[in-house]
Amino acid sequence: MIEKRHACNAASERVLMCGNEALAEAAILAGCDAYFGYPITPQNEITAYMSRRMPEEGRVFVQSESELAAINMVFGASATGKRTMTSSSSPGISLMQEGISYLAGAELPAVVVNVMRGGPGLGNIAPSQADYFQATRGGGHGDYRTIVLGPSTVQELVDCMSLAFDLADVYRMTVVVLADGILGQMMEPVVLEKKPRRKLPPKDWALTGAKEREQNIVRSLWLPEGRLEEHNRKLQAKYEQVQKNEVLCEQYELEDAEVVVVAYGVAARIVRSAVNRARQEGMPVGLIRPITLWPFPMEQISKAAEEFRLFLAVEMSSGQMVEDVQLAVAGKAPVLLHGRPGGGVPTVDEILDKIKQLTIPKNKRKMKS
Amino acid sequence: MKTVFARTPSLKDCTTHYCPGCGHGIAHRLIAETIDELGIRGRTIGIAPVGCAVLMYDYIDVDMVEVAHGRPPAVATGMKRTNPDKIVFSYQGDGDLAAIGTAEIIHAAHRAEQITVIFINNAVFGMTGGQMAPTTILGQVTATTPQGRNRTGEGYPLQVSEIMALLPGAIYVERCALSGPAAVRNTKKAIKHAFELQVEGAEGLSLVEVLSPCPTYWRMPPAKAMEWIENEMTKVFPLGRLKG
Repeated sequence: MIEKRHACNAASERVLMCGNEALAEAAILAGCDAYFGYPITPQNEITAYMSRRMPEEGRVFVQSESELAAINMVFGASATGKRTMTSSSSPGISLMQEGISYLAGAELPAVVVNVMRGGPGLGNIAPSQADYFQATRGGGHGDYRTIVLGPSTVQELVDCMSLAFDLADVYRMTVVVLADGILGQMMEPVVLEKKPRRKLPPKDWALTGAKEREQNIVRSLWLPEGRLEEHNRKLQAKYEQVQKNEVLCEQYELEDAEVVVVAYGVAARIVRSAVNRARQEGMPVGLIRPITLWPFPMEQISKAAEEFRLFLAVEMSSGQMVEDVQLAVAGKAPVLLHGRPGGGVPTVDEILDKIKQLTIPKNKRKMKS
Repeated sequence: MKTVFARTPSLKDCTTHYCPGCGHGIAHRLIAETIDELGIRGRTIGIAPVGCAVLMYDYIDVDMVEVAHGRPPAVATGMKRTNPDKIVFSYQGDGDLAAIGTAEIIHAAHRAEQITVIFINNAVFGMTGGQMAPTTILGQVTATTPQGRNRTGEGYPLQVSEIMALLPGAIYVERCALSGPAAVRNTKKAIKHAFELQVEGAEGLSLVEVLSPCPTYWRMPPAKAMEWIENEMTKVFPLGRLKG
């Protein structure tokens, strides 16, 4: 029952929810003041859920006329100091890139959920990880970054929402929660809890009306010579802090691993099963699972590259994250790719086959030599 | 000595970057006067457009934001919905509102957003060098209509206020001009009324279209530009209250 689902605010009750609805409820628990969105599959449950729940909470829901408008509504609410978000799927996220660039220039906090689907173009509505480049490289025009979170379970998706709102406020940046069609649609038991907020800086820059103070201006235009370069250097210094402080990744069965698989999101779940099967068959295989895709766990992978022999990136694209793995490995070890583009989802067997091509089970090595 | 006229406090004491004879300075003053007369400086948020008026926050002393081209009505929606006690206005040119931002203005009105829109129509793209705007009149020579705007291929001037007046969510629509002292006084009345409606909590969007001179890209002296508004522009864009 839908009514039951959100009556679970009493701590630590496990409820069964699909990812889209769970992340929406988690956003409400994280204090999201306003949600703006435009329908697109496979994330429509978020918009529908918010249309019901936000008014119940006395908060703002607007179904916009386009994704362009949605991200600019987010821009407006954020400029007044409110916690705000939008959600969409790949083609809609492309439309939002203009607004995300302006958010970056104006240093406004925002949370953007991308429940990725297959592309390019209209593509399909199958799960995909093909927006990795767009998310982790900024996506719009200009030198900027967004923080990108890549959860792999519905519970982690839920936990990412409060983290996303906090990171957005701390760094005055857009935080992209990069999910996919599987994670959005899949139902899993989750615990929805209100999390304590991080220590957040005051929003003394917000537009609240210049009452007994000087005017506040939110802008991204800097015309005087050298001023925009100065602004960009300030942004870059902030991004360096994010890279230093906010990397999250999981390391699984790495200790004696000779093959290290790198995967995130739903792909990492499938890889985890393949790693378990490979281990049962005596193959020393491990998993590094980036949770923050930007900042990417460069140090962790670089360190692993000194100890392990071979890297395999598994992703639901033609090979995007693999480039970050290559950057981190920096030539110290071979980096291979197993990619499934266009909505293809790898199976445990196919990943296991790939792993078998790359390593020999320890118990069979002596027989060979 | 008795002071008979003074700069209104919300208008900053500075020189603007506008060309001689431009209407933006007058429109800014009318908005600043309105804000001070209504006593709403402490709860007003303004939205500056992409275009010549992008630096409007350097001249009007209220909280302001500068946003992407055409998007002010969407940004205003985000602001007003989350801050119903604030007075939110957007200031938009004809490129911003009538070309790239038609979806945003139509839908903000369609949703009856409680915002005030000041639409400056000078029949040309000013900041980018005098190209054709949707509101360029037939025969008008611009950087991109060197032979004069021809309805074949270049289309007719877009009558924004007439379109807006059709929408139930637009509660007040008036077209005025800055072509002389009497016209400026009428424009002030319209702008003030549009703000008053929002202060009163009227349930819908108000839009004031202001025919404004651009002597630089009309290629004529400022006085001639004022005459051109009265003799040419008002034929295509008749003045008056269209709604409310």
